Amino acid sequence: MTGNFTTHRMPSYLEQQGKYTGIRAWILSTDHKRIALLYLYSQLFFFFAGVVMGIFMKLELIAPGQQIMGPQTYNALFTVHGLTMIFLFIIPGLAASFGNFMIPIMIGAKDVAFPKLNLFSWYLFILGAIIILVGIFTGDGPPDTGWTFYAPYSLKTNTNVVLTVFGAFVLGFSSILTGLNFIVTIHRMRAPGMGFFRMPLFIWSLYGTAWIQLLATPVVGITFLMVVADRLLHIGFFDPAQGGDPILYQHLFWIYSHPAVYIMILPAMGAITEIITTFSHRTVFGYKAIAMSSLAIAFVGYLVWGHHMFTSGMSETARLVFSFLTFLVAIPSAIKVFNWTATMYKGSISLEPPFWWAMAFIFIFMIGGLTGLVLGSVSTDVHVTDTMFVVAHFHYIVFGGAGLAFFAALHYWYPKMFGKMYNKKVANRGLLLLFIGFNLLYFPMFILGMMGMPRRYYDYLPEFATPNLISTIGSWVLGTALVIVVVNLLRAKKGTPEEIDDPWGGRTLEWKIQSPPWIENFEEIPTVEHEPYELTEK
Amino acid sequence: MEQNHTEHVDHFDPVASKIGMWLFIFTEILLFGGLFIVYSVYRYKHPVEFHLAHQELDVTIGLINTIILLVSSMTVAMSITALQTGNKKLTLIFIAVTILLALVFLVNKYFEWGAKIHHDIYPGSEFLMSLSKGDMLFFGLYFFMTGLHAIHIIVGVALLGVVFAKVKNGSVNQNRFSLLENGGLYWHLVDLIWIFLFPLFYLIH
Amino acid sequence: MSEHKNHISSYKSHIVVLLSLIMLTILTVTITSVHLGPFNTAAAMLIASVKAAIVLLYFMHLKFDEKIYRFMVTLVLAIYAVVIIITFFDYLYR
Repeated sequence: MTGNFTTHRMPSYLEQQGKYTGIRAWILSTDHKRIALLYLYSQLFFFFAGVVMGIFMKLELIAPGQQIMGPQTYNALFTVHGLTMIFLFIIPGLAASFGNFMIPIMIGAKDVAFPKLNLFSWYLFILGAIIILVGIFTGDGPPDTGWTFYAPYSLKTNTNVVLTVFGAFVLGFSSILTGLNFIVTIHRMRAPGMGFFRMPLFIWSLYGTAWIQLLATPVVGITFLMVVADRLLHIGFFDPAQGGDPILYQHLFWIYSHPAVYIMILPAMGAITEIITTFSHRTVFGYKAIAMSSLAIAFVGYLVWGHHMFTSGMSETARLVFSFLTFLVAIPSAIKVFNWTATMYKGSISLEPPFWWAMAFIFIFMIGGLTGLVLGSVSTDVHVTDTMFVVAHFHYIVFGGAGLAFFAALHYWYPKMFGKMYNKKVANRGLLLLFIGFNLLYFPMFILGMMGMPRRYYDYLPEFATPNLISTIGSWVLGTALVIVVVNLLRAKKGTPEEIDDPWGGRTLEWKIQSPPWIENFEEIPTVEHEPYELTEK
Repeated sequence: MEQNHTEHVDHFDPVASKIGMWLFIFTEILLFGGLFIVYSVYRYKHPVEFHLAHQELDVTIGLINTIILLVSSMTVAMSITALQTGNKKLTLIFIAVTILLALVFLVNKYFEWGAKIHHDIYPGSEFLMSLSKGDMLFFGLYFFMTGLHAIHIIVGVALLGVVFAKVKNGSVNQNRFSLLENGGLYWHLVDLIWIFLFPLFYLIH
Repeated sequence: MSEHKNHISSYKSHIVVLLSLIMLTILTVTITSVHLGPFNTAAAMLIASVKAAIVLLYFMHLKFDEKIYRFMVTLVLAIYAVVIIITFFDYLYR
């Protein structure tokens, strides 16, 4: 079973004794694999914090009228839920954890180009999180603006916006530096023979993502600084009383935050591509099309921000331009889905847990994508904008897309990262329950939105009661499922190590080394002689 | 790709650090890019006020500062030439001159800002609040953009200071001058931004 | 390291670049002091762009570096330009 490159086993990166011991061996380590795990654990921590907040919000919405919290608490809760999930979980997303772990291994390198900068990025990430936390618990209370910080309300509210916004600014820096590191790594550190068009598609998607991180994040960074300046120095960039234009804030905010959606979803698509290819035991269909569609999404995704602003008072021309560009983005996304399907066609598919996760991803992501067209077209958008429909749509995309792919990737690479295997049966059952809970939770929101229930209110009219009740029950199912899934993985971590260098029959470089990998990944830098995903005799 | 054969992660790849520096410069360009978008939108909406407000700014000081930055850009470029040709002493002199010019720029800026503040023109001042919306936006942008630019100058001075020390102790030398090259790139970026700030604030017609 | 031949710029070329930049600066100051209507702004921006191009190509060495740098810079500036244009689809037609 271990008949690969590995002839004798080296101490893994988990056991490696370096200069430091104990916790310092982790928080001072510049090894990309250890940093990846630092990200993974902190992201999962923030994810569960966000889940708890979400469950409380659903509990408030179980029936009309005030249940467990008043309007101010609810406003703070959806703001902090959004901030946590967006900035602390899903924007670092698959890139910071799995990207960090896999980029050097998949391209045949020993580490990223700037290992110290990599660790520094994680520190910035934690620093930003701490600043946001301090902002939540000090001053005049947590911000109640929503995670978008729309002006002029974000300039007027008495809550602690300045610190939170500054925290988000610091997180942006962390994201930029990670992107920078990845681009240089991919340009300079590929193993001999690993041309750009021999890279695994996960790497291609991370390459596109890194460019978005690099080019979009500064815009929101400066916008956040302007909000801080408006609040502290009363410059009035976005304050209509001083001539500022709040719609300009929305432009600048979405110039980043729309591409940010692709920061979340592109690596997810990359990971799904890897999983589908591996478990179909076929060469990926349309390698170049998938690689190029990643770049196309990155590029066109940069130009469609205005579809978040159809009802903001933007000019008619701009609305049409943005609507048109939005539909263009659907093309490269569809290319990916078609290529996944074509890859599976006539493959000999092994139905392992990661594959089931990938299937759940495609199903849910398709619903999210198709409902996106409703929002992308001006004439339908104006009816459902700012309703629960929007909430349902982006949870299908962000949680159902990027979030599920995160767990898919976790199940796929888990044996590689820890050298142990989880209980597959429990993993499958957890996924099934999660799938049911997810749809119970979010699908009624589409209906509520069509019925006209606005989002971001702690209370609603009695006629919305039934779907809301179903949705709240769904949140309990989903919460239970998440606990099952994670406990299953945690229990597996305590299990005995197995020699599972390649449990799935994967063909990319990470499956050719031992699990968990040695501190320097490769004893000898491999020379790549095959096209990616080529089936070779073992 | 030959670098990959070297022993450990500690390897030194000048091309990698140069690409990294350029990528960082891109983020800086877009950071200021966001501000330039804000500027152009508000100038488009308040053309007359922007024109009147700009007359408060002193073109001569702006011109002097422009030329100072251009000269400093040249000296830092020359310091690279000097190091590449192995003239360490001249390198140090050029870096020192660059830092000196940067400080002169900052002193000029200090007096320019001081005069404005003395006339009660600063963000949030009572006088400014009594002016038109276009005036408020113009001076808000003026202070914010030139202020952010000045912060970049200060960072640049610190960076060049480090480079100076490293050239002096020999860790940046004829064969390994990435840090100087990248410091220079950063310095040119600061110049590049000023090239646009100058006509946009001082030369509105 | 054979892939990376270093081009060394001469002191003289640096001086020529500086002089042209200063001349352009003076030109832009004089041009904006005469009446050209809306062309004033256009001229000022055009000259600034030429100056920026000179700094990028000579001081920042793009002219002598591998193509990839020029390609990346062009790409970034192009994306930025498109973003500005699209933003103004809103403001020009509001």
